[in-house]
Amino acid sequence: MSLELETATNPEALRRVAIEPISRVEGHGKVTLLLDEDDHVRQARLHIVEFRGFEKFVQGRPFWEIPVMVQRLCGICPVSHHLAASKAMDQIVGVDHLTPTAEKLRRLMHYGQILQSHALHFFHLSSPDLLFGFDSDVARRNIVGVAAEYPDVAKQGVLLRKFGQEVIRITAGKRVHGTSAIPGGVNKNISKEERDFLLKDIYPIIGWSRDAVHLAARLFEQNLDLYNSFGRFRAHNLSLVRADGAMDLYHGGLRARDMDGKTLFDHLEYSHYWEHIHEQVKSWSYMKFPFFRELGPEEGWYRVGPLTRVTQCDFIPTPFADHERRDFLAFDGGSATGATLGYHWARMIEMLHAAEMIKELLHDDDLLGSDLVVTGERRERGVGMIEAPRGTLIHHYRVDENDLVVRANLIVSTTHNNQAMNESIRQVARQHLDGRKLTEGLLNHIEVAVRAFDPCLSCATHALGRMPLEVELLDAEGGRLDAVSRDMQGCC
Amino acid sequence: MSRVEGKPGRLIIGIGNPSRGDDALGPLAIERLDALNLADVELLSDFQLQVEYVLDLAGRDEVIFIDASVDPALAGFSFLPVRAQRDTSYSSHALSPAALLAAYEHHHGRPPPPCHVLAIRGHAFGLGEGLSAAAAAAFEDALVFLARRLSVA
Repeated sequence: MSLELETATNPEALRRVAIEPISRVEGHGKVTLLLDEDDHVRQARLHIVEFRGFEKFVQGRPFWEIPVMVQRLCGICPVSHHLAASKAMDQIVGVDHLTPTAEKLRRLMHYGQILQSHALHFFHLSSPDLLFGFDSDVARRNIVGVAAEYPDVAKQGVLLRKFGQEVIRITAGKRVHGTSAIPGGVNKNISKEERDFLLKDIYPIIGWSRDAVHLAARLFEQNLDLYNSFGRFRAHNLSLVRADGAMDLYHGGLRARDMDGKTLFDHLEYSHYWEHIHEQVKSWSYMKFPFFRELGPEEGWYRVGPLTRVTQCDFIPTPFADHERRDFLAFDGGSATGATLGYHWARMIEMLHAAEMIKELLHDDDLLGSDLVVTGERRERGVGMIEAPRGTLIHHYRVDENDLVVRANLIVSTTHNNQAMNESIRQVARQHLDGRKLTEGLLNHIEVAVRAFDPCLSCATHALGRMPLEVELLDAEGGRLDAVSRDMQGCC
Repeated sequence: MSRVEGKPGRLIIGIGNPSRGDDALGPLAIERLDALNLADVELLSDFQLQVEYVLDLAGRDEVIFIDASVDPALAGFSFLPVRAQRDTSYSSHALSPAALLAAYEHHHGRPPPPCHVLAIRGHAFGLGEGLSAAAAAAFEDALVFLARRLSVA
């Protein structure tokens, strides 16, 4: 697993191109490329340019506040943080098993989050690239362009997203900043009326989700050579799986396989994750680089998220999604399972699974139950792990005798994928940019690779007037040779 | 455009992260407005605008977005109409109000309801920070203006 192109041997003699911030990803990310005089790429890096300080943010707070408070870390997947923190706090209050009502309500909330997040990413953030082409007219390459030329696709995206948000609103108690998951369970069930409100729409939701899987598959098939090779790299994989090997996005044991499919560990109890997962710091990024301890930092990095989950599980426990999983694995001799752009197809399979799970849960009367909370004996340490939309999410807390958080460690999905995203942009740089004069379309190829992972480099700050994209070309001394910025009116 | 039965005629959406310094201006405004028990008004608060808000906007007489602004030319606050316009905020997880209205037109096939943006100048956006003094002053002025406009001052 080469780290070629991570660090150039003679950076002082190279030109620097920065894509800052990357568009259609969340937060403050930046890609820098160093080019020699013949436009050959000598270094490519994805940086995170904002120090987040999440762990400090929660230190000193009472543990029962944490599940609500951590939602403010991220405006994109607050439910994932709410649930991962709640799972950690279950352990703090000495609870290993929730009541059926509490666990099913949390699962319903989680699958609502998966559905709406995956819908947003595919229909509104990625479909412009996938439907029009990576270097198509930038004025057309956005969701309005999709709405104009593919109105049904755009409308389905809106309605899928809205349905997921409604599931969250009803289960979390609020549209944002939900409060229902608490240490040891939940503080509310749902009413029969609320359940029926969601049930009336679930069948078209499943139908549109199936259509979305087929659209993603068709795009892959129609552009097979490009999709198979684009940003492709070999990587180890990490995900949670259920005890029987099934996909389970809410709970399970850790499964890690190397790039050849050999098992590194399986059904690992995640409360001891740190015995196998370490993090490396690099001077050029605020985001750490996790790796498998057994393999070391250079060889042990891995990827997480939909592509990993769909390929690592033994089966998906809902019929339509499992059918699609088998088609995905069999397609073109399995080529899509290692392709960076295979993430989109896998993500839609998961969205279908989420829709099917929501239907299954809505037919379960345990949702209406009143046995909501379990208590136990206080513990000092709690680890919560969940498969968030973007991949494995770890919340780890230590709480003192005064019930205050004294230590917190969060490893978010995008951090797990840090090295993988860097590797992917280096492949794209080699394949598409090397030796060519850079254009907006070519630079967008880099962004397409990053976007496939749906990274959340969250700052969740969106004041009016921020510049969404700026590209600078600088000389070896850092002087600005040229710059292009796209303002909020879309001007370049 | 016809009103939707049971849906309040005016929708006010506060945008921002309550834990990010002056980004909290929008959600804080919603909290303050909520205490006024305004008639025929629905109040919403969210981290950012997303495309599904095209469904919330439908059937309203008026929509007001309240958000922090980093525009250096803005002294305190501004209250301006906003019209549908395609912009590159489509390429982010967050839509601008103008971009949301453009998405509305495509989704519903008709113009959106009259919309305004109450933009309040923000200065600091650090995680865990409170409002800056300058933003807090502008916030109070903006709320007085908005309350008068909503005829409750």
